[in-house]
Amino acid sequence: MTAQTLPLWAAVPAALLLVLGGVLAVISSAGLLRLPDFYQRLHAPTLSNTLGCGCVLGASLLYFSVSEGALMPREILITLFIAMTSPVTAMLLIKAGRYRERRANLDREPG
Amino acid sequence: MNQILPWAANFAALCVILAMALAAVRMMRGPSAQDRILALDAFYINGMLLVLILGVRFGSAVYFEIALLLALFGFVGSIAMAKFLLRGEVIEP
Repeated sequence: MTAQTLPLWAAVPAALLLVLGGVLAVISSAGLLRLPDFYQRLHAPTLSNTLGCGCVLGASLLYFSVSEGALMPREILITLFIAMTSPVTAMLLIKAGRYRERRANLDREPG
Repeated sequence: MNQILPWAANFAALCVILAMALAAVRMMRGPSAQDRILALDAFYINGMLLVLILGVRFGSAVYFEIALLLALFGFVGSIAMAKFLLRGEVIEP
């Protein structure tokens, strides 16, 4: 079953969710490129980690559930995994950044 | 029948590829190492989104497993590199 043979009431919300997810991904990466500081840059990819992933996974869930004729809860796995792991990565990166900045300051002016 | 979903999937794939390119620019330009790790993490997430969008576009359920593995490996790689920046070694004795 290809993407052409979906009924219209399911195709339109899935298409809207896909477009919204793509636009959010571009916005978050533009923020990652443009923001001036590391701690400000840390905020940008969280947009695509939560809302962008949620939109694309919702579109995928809707598409496969309608085309298979039954509820396919597999995409919830990825959603849960991303929601669990993204804060852990951000927290470790903040700790690493603070540690490295402090050590660079100590190296620059000893004593 | 209706062409709206393939076009939306094409648009979303192009958007995600553009986002991957922007993250790659930040990864090459990034002033510090933690910037590069953050950009690599965003790159992995965008790649996972691209695989999911291709799965919707071609209507195949095989892409889902690839996306799950990509999310897992991206998380493990980012954690390992952040830990390396923090301690100087990945697995502490």
